[in-house]
Amino acid sequence: MYGNDVIDPNEPLNAAETAAYDAAAEHEDQRGGRDTVGGDFDALLAADQRIEPRDAMPDEYRETLIRQIAQHAHSEIIGMQPEGNWITRAPSLRRKAILIAKVQDEAGHGLYLYSAAETLGIDRQELLERLHDGKQKYSSIFNYPTLTWADCGAIGWLVDGAAIMNQVPLCRCSYGPYARAMIRVCKEESFHQRQGFEILWNLMRGTESQKAMAQDAADRWWWPALAMFGPPDTGDAAKGGHTEQSMAWGIKRFSNDDLRQKFVDMTVPQAQKLGLTLPDPDLRWNEERGHWDFGQIDWDEFWQVLRGDGPCNAERIEHRRRAHDEGAWVREAANAYATKQAAREREQQQKESAA
Amino acid sequence: MSTSASSPSTDTGTTPVTEPVTGAVSSASESAHRESLPGAAENTGAAPGAKPYAAYLLGLADDAMVYAQRLGEWMTNAPQIEEDMALGNIALDLLGQARGLYPYIGSIDGTGRGEDDYAMQRDEREWHNVHLVEQERGDFADEMARLLWFSAYQVELHTSLTGSGDDVVAGVAGKALKEVRYHLDHASLWVVRLGDGTAESHRRMQAALERVLPHLAELFDDDEASVLAADLEVGVLPSTLHDAVVARVAHVVEQGTLTLPDGSRWRSRGGRAGIHSRPMGSLLAEMQHIARSHPGATW
Amino acid sequence: MSGATTPTTGAGAPSEPAQGERSWPLWEVFVRGKRGLSHVHVGSLHAPDAELALRNARDVYTRRQEGVSIWVVKADDVTASSPSEKDSFFDPAGDKIYRHPTFYDVPEDVEYL
Repeated sequence: MYGNDVIDPNEPLNAAETAAYDAAAEHEDQRGGRDTVGGDFDALLAADQRIEPRDAMPDEYRETLIRQIAQHAHSEIIGMQPEGNWITRAPSLRRKAILIAKVQDEAGHGLYLYSAAETLGIDRQELLERLHDGKQKYSSIFNYPTLTWADCGAIGWLVDGAAIMNQVPLCRCSYGPYARAMIRVCKEESFHQRQGFEILWNLMRGTESQKAMAQDAADRWWWPALAMFGPPDTGDAAKGGHTEQSMAWGIKRFSNDDLRQKFVDMTVPQAQKLGLTLPDPDLRWNEERGHWDFGQIDWDEFWQVLRGDGPCNAERIEHRRRAHDEGAWVREAANAYATKQAAREREQQQKESAA
Repeated sequence: MSTSASSPSTDTGTTPVTEPVTGAVSSASESAHRESLPGAAENTGAAPGAKPYAAYLLGLADDAMVYAQRLGEWMTNAPQIEEDMALGNIALDLLGQARGLYPYIGSIDGTGRGEDDYAMQRDEREWHNVHLVEQERGDFADEMARLLWFSAYQVELHTSLTGSGDDVVAGVAGKALKEVRYHLDHASLWVVRLGDGTAESHRRMQAALERVLPHLAELFDDDEASVLAADLEVGVLPSTLHDAVVARVAHVVEQGTLTLPDGSRWRSRGGRAGIHSRPMGSLLAEMQHIARSHPGATW
Repeated sequence: MSGATTPTTGAGAPSEPAQGERSWPLWEVFVRGKRGLSHVHVGSLHAPDAELALRNARDVYTRRQEGVSIWVVKADDVTASSPSEKDSFFDPAGDKIYRHPTFYDVPEDVEYL
């Protein structure tokens, strides 16, 4: 929708527009047909059929899904903040409109995902309380600050780009409501990555200070974006993690490391096109592997931020809690009105039936 | 030349009415326009296509622009996530209305300015919005009180403007009318729920209706620009909208078991002439600082 | 692997929140994509009452002109068949193949049949 003036519209910019996405979406469409197997959980999984809300399922499967979907939803809601605080400062009206629409989409994605989690028998209110109490996490990437306007570009390009990489396979997740929510999310997400790329594209064609702003943003967001895929989970690192079980359950389709490599391979040529230097001296094309080699991710920093000691952890949760607490009287009032109104309608009906 | 951006009389040379004095255009921003707008030099003086009611339209556009800016502050701050989305939609509608008007105003005020020249490069004294929309974000009741009045006003305004003698204005109004009816509906639903909800919400909603009161009269002032626009059958005389707007609001207030407060001890004035209240300076500083920190940059 | 299995409380049936605030009820949202199509379930949302549910649905599910008409239904008001009744509900239809036109042998040269 946006950005066709600077980007070849036929050139896929992210995975949501590639054959992988189409295949997943088509796969979903075909689900409409009649089930051919019984209701048994293992049999359904073995037949690559979807699990639906009222099906029997192992408690661990349910718990894993609730945790994962909730974290995903929380990430969307907390993820509104780093860019949301630039809405009032966007440097042009076009950018302002795009940014409002984007932050709105993130709210929408959070809502789609909360409703998917709710089909597992948990209330959104409770999930939000877990977020506010720090009992459930959200993506650590949102604990980094957005220092300049260029960060809105870097978030769209790198963070949303990485998110799409993670999300497209989830369109084929074994749990029906989650998969359906993800299809909706992925469809909308491709505009996010494009607008981010376009912000940086314009900056890199602008003044010296604009270029410097874009490079600084790429420097700061590149490594956290790579860490978004999670710790290594192939080879020796595969033991003891969630990946193996999640793959068996059809919740996860690719390893963290595979997705990360795909992301690097997709993003490096885009960085070259932008004219940005990615902050990794070890980044080089490996002819033998047919992939880009890249350097060591600082996992100490990753764990530190995940444990709560990142630049913005406290600020993000505090903001979210404040908004929620400040709105409590509004939500209560709406409940009170609904109760009164229902009583009035009942009374009216009684009068009518008496007459 | 320095008044050509805003003064209709310069262009026609016949109309005695000029827009209210807005103070001198700052020379710095003036020269920035000139640099960034190659065609601007030819457009000064007796510009072809210049029309005398640009100042009137600028008031309408600035109302929408500044209110969009304020509503944008609600994103991540609304009482429920669904409401973040709703207020975001309203902000986008209003932003769209401003963006629909600014380039047209630029084409009829002789300056050839684009939307960002208006939004990002004007100083406070050059803004023509009413004080109502520039007031700082209060609680949710404050916002619903403001939105109720402003959207009721916009519904009446745009209903009237769909019959404007200027086709562009009529077109913008026709599109806006669909949007602002929805805004009014949204505000009405909430004012009723807050008024007829809990004791606390009733108290807050009533207090919000009192707080918004001083800023309403300005919406219905017949300033020189609107008198001129109405005379030319392009605009509508604001005072003629008053009764219908009040009737709309009164109906909602009554449904919400609330009381429409009596007249205020004081009232704001001057917005249409570029005289603003304290929050306006901060609003513009925040909105414009990136654009102004990078003169000549595109984004 | 299947271990302990428990049925869920139902399609989106909300449980009581841990403490304090009473949640807004959950509504299921159905959108007619364009004229001539049925309303299709697209997801759910929370709203205190039907009027706001409808408006929230408009903002959450039709931002990109995905619909020309919306239904909202309180999730509690949906009565659903249970997966445990699936066999008795749906399997008996399996052998009534005479309900399908392909069941019937007709001469190949008969038209309009």
